[in-house]
Amino acid sequence: MNPRPEGVTLVRIGLGLPNTVPGGAAALLDWARRADDGPFDTVAVLDRLRYDSVDPFAALSAAAAVTTRVGLATMIAIGPLRAPAMLAKQALSVHALSGGRCTLGLGIGARHDDYAAAEVDPRTRGAALSRQLAYLRGELAASGVGPAGPAFGRDIPLLVGGGSGTAFARMARHADGYAHGGGPARAFASAAAKARAAWQDHGRQGEPQLWGQAYVALESPEEGRAYLRDYYAFTGPFADKIAAGALTTVRAVRDLVRGYADAGCDNLILFPTTASLSDVDRLTEALTSSAPLAPPRSTHAPGALPIPAQPIPAQPVRDPRLAP
Amino acid sequence: MRVAIAGAGPSGLYLAILLRKAGHEVTVYERNAPDATFGWGVVLSEETLGELRDADRLSHERITDALARWSTVDIRHGGETIRAGGHSFTAIARRNLLAILQQRAAELGAELRFGAEVDEPPEADLRVAADGSNSRTRARYFSAKVVPQGGKYVWFGTDLVLDAFTFAFRETEFGLFQAHAYPFDEHMSTWIVECAEPVWRRAGLDRMSEEESIAFCEELFADDLAGHGLRSNRSLWLDFPLVRCPSWHQGNLVLLGDAAHTAHFSIGSGTKLAMEDAIALADALARHTDLDAALTAYELERQPVVERFQLMAGDSAAYFERTANYTGFSPLQFSFNLLTRSGRVTHAGLAQRDPGLVRRVDAWFANNAAPGAVGPPPLFAPLAALDLPNRLVAEASVDTAVDRARAGTGLVVAGPVAATRQGRSTVETPLFDEAEWAALADKVHDAGARLGLRLTHAGARAATEQPDVPLPADRAWPIVAASPVRYGPFAQLPTELTGIEGTVQAFRDTAAAIAQTGVDVLELDMADGNLLAGFLSPLTNRRTDEWGDRHAFPLAVFDAVRAVWPRKLSVRLTVADWSPGGTTVADGIAFARALREHGVDLVHVRAGHTRPDFQPEYRRGYLTTLSDRVRAEAGVPTQVGGYLTTLDEINTVVAAGRADLCVLAEAAP
Repeated sequence: MNPRPEGVTLVRIGLGLPNTVPGGAAALLDWARRADDGPFDTVAVLDRLRYDSVDPFAALSAAAAVTTRVGLATMIAIGPLRAPAMLAKQALSVHALSGGRCTLGLGIGARHDDYAAAEVDPRTRGAALSRQLAYLRGELAASGVGPAGPAFGRDIPLLVGGGSGTAFARMARHADGYAHGGGPARAFASAAAKARAAWQDHGRQGEPQLWGQAYVALESPEEGRAYLRDYYAFTGPFADKIAAGALTTVRAVRDLVRGYADAGCDNLILFPTTASLSDVDRLTEALTSSAPLAPPRSTHAPGALPIPAQPIPAQPVRDPRLAP
Repeated sequence: MRVAIAGAGPSGLYLAILLRKAGHEVTVYERNAPDATFGWGVVLSEETLGELRDADRLSHERITDALARWSTVDIRHGGETIRAGGHSFTAIARRNLLAILQQRAAELGAELRFGAEVDEPPEADLRVAADGSNSRTRARYFSAKVVPQGGKYVWFGTDLVLDAFTFAFRETEFGLFQAHAYPFDEHMSTWIVECAEPVWRRAGLDRMSEEESIAFCEELFADDLAGHGLRSNRSLWLDFPLVRCPSWHQGNLVLLGDAAHTAHFSIGSGTKLAMEDAIALADALARHTDLDAALTAYELERQPVVERFQLMAGDSAAYFERTANYTGFSPLQFSFNLLTRSGRVTHAGLAQRDPGLVRRVDAWFANNAAPGAVGPPPLFAPLAALDLPNRLVAEASVDTAVDRARAGTGLVVAGPVAATRQGRSTVETPLFDEAEWAALADKVHDAGARLGLRLTHAGARAATEQPDVPLPADRAWPIVAASPVRYGPFAQLPTELTGIEGTVQAFRDTAAAIAQTGVDVLELDMADGNLLAGFLSPLTNRRTDEWGDRHAFPLAVFDAVRAVWPRKLSVRLTVADWSPGGTTVADGIAFARALREHGVDLVHVRAGHTRPDFQPEYRRGYLTTLSDRVRAEAGVPTQVGGYLTTLDEINTVVAAGRADLCVLAEAAP
């Protein structure tokens, strides 16, 4: 983790790969290449078993082959779906294939049907994740599973997500940072305060890395929202809120970036809701000045993000029920 | 759009007004008659009034004409009244508010159907349930959590016209009662009486008729009521229902106001939140092109606001359940504690509202009783009982201790130092080194601070690497604990501690050696799952011998140390395990009381960590209430951390008597 220069608000931006988006498998390598060209520091993937999606570690391995610069992160992988040794092997493999660019974000996920499909008991998933983290940080070394070299928490940063107090404690005990699940900047700020409180409660030095995420639907907002409602259908009424939170304008992207930066976010991952590469164009435009494209930033030298004003007005179509 | 609203309370009527103005067709269904109303006056905030003005000028004008406004809070306790100024309160008779809103809604062409018994809003393009905290619509379609919050309360009116928001406390043989009272027009005031549930039962109020209970309350508050009576309006003793609902809409059905959420009456925000809901919903409907999107936007806008108020209201409700803890406070501290109960008002906030009052609090806190005295901000007041120059504590390593002392911290607690080699948490954990600590004490004293030393035995958490990873077998040493219970997965299995006397001896000898140096405060570690804490919890102490008495071994160590340690002795204590089957706050307080009887000078309040998978609720100041309770209920000075990041928070905590010392957390960059 790099120290944050005083008085400067910095947030690194990552690009989510479309590994859980319909048609995403075919587009994934193009997305990864585009991310590597900048202005993104990381590519990240989601994890979902019972959905038309690409396995996160397979996706990151593929991305590793066509990129040289960007970090490769799970944001998050549902740890307990995999046995600890298998999880370690997968992350270590991505790390080895990418020349040491892996960040492992873990959580328990929210879907019972993923656990049913994996034949894992969801009732003990919190304890299973804690056990897995303890394995990665300690037991793994003597297990013969991994090479002697890279260690989780040192060479491969560990992030932990989740909103419960236990999840924050788990993060502070085992991980290098917190993976937030998405939402407005004020929700991120509130979670960041809890993450810092947990960090200090566990006597950790310095600060936890704080990772945030948001969904982007710039080119086809309706298609993007429809995907989110489907992807999150299992949450019931919450799916509408997630869909409503998708960033559908360049201005919304910039506002969110600014809000997250102010809340102390270190890495903000913008996830796609369609596989269309034109969203990458729009994002790149949103994240770089209207002047010549900023050179790709190295993962190890964060630069301030220029945020020019350039609102894109949405064209409203009225719901007939709302007519007076 | 056709809109059906169930419930003609403030939120339902106000929504009817706003949607009629937007040109929608609105029908309001109300079970009761137009003039039937329960309760007396309701409080609105200046902020809400501003929003009402922007939303509908005419009703705002009529409301403001009928308002009672005042700026003071009176706190009456123990024969004294403390007056706090600079607040801005407004209240209105609920009856008047409803009449104004009914009239305005009717003028605008909303159809108001009174005496209409509906279980949910009838079919329409948009159906709004504004049917109150017992919403039948909510019960039918939504999965809300409704739990009683705070003490028992009853809502009276009185024709005594108060000139301040008045909190009146009365001690009785049954326990403490309090009134929350405020004027709401030129003739009347609201008079809410509240007490803890056991007090209510002891006083026999559970068996009294309405008339008997009025007579009881009139007699109780006779002095405060100054000859005026209390009036009932179906005034029954109630439990406040805390309503939390994860989702407020479904299809074209939406919840509004108390139907969606409540906030404890002691912060007076129920009507405010309800009317703001109506404004937000009307606004979302105007802004959005799609009904689902509008209802989602309404929810996204209002839920964080409501959650913030519910958090503050929860703190306030819990405070009013504990008021009997504070009757020994001086009137100034009692008042300061009350005014800052919900976290909404801090020391700095109060100083802006009423500089004179805060000056008196600061002077009192610094023990300056001279007329017109001034005092430093509370955190800079010395703590004479512990001979400390101020209220700030830093937890430091031996390397950083001097810097923290120079930074202005009154007490720097360095360490930990292990009492035995086996009790080292890592290979770097030092044993006591007299020369090093003697030199450190000199330097810390030169910097104007006192030096503390944390003395520990890591027990089941020994033989690890930072942060908290078990040492590999080839570098680990065998570890001991109260019982053979691993500290988390893959951790080394400790063996049951057998050398009890030897361990006591090690603590005693180390303390005696420390006494040879200039260390001022010894902090004995009985927290965070370390050896002594492990004895205190049923999760980790499964012994069947005499040390299965969970207080026995920690107290034996304490007594041995106390016998040889001549200066201030602090205990770092896990007050509650925050784990199922673990110790409760009551257990922690009972042990803190035992420590007091054995001669402890300070309790450093900690919680959790007995097992690694404990269930904390992190937020700013998450340990403050625990500290407050230990300090009041065990009668010992306390130190608390819990992510206090600002000096203002610390000024507030110490001046309110929730802790004596605070650990200032490193603020975020």
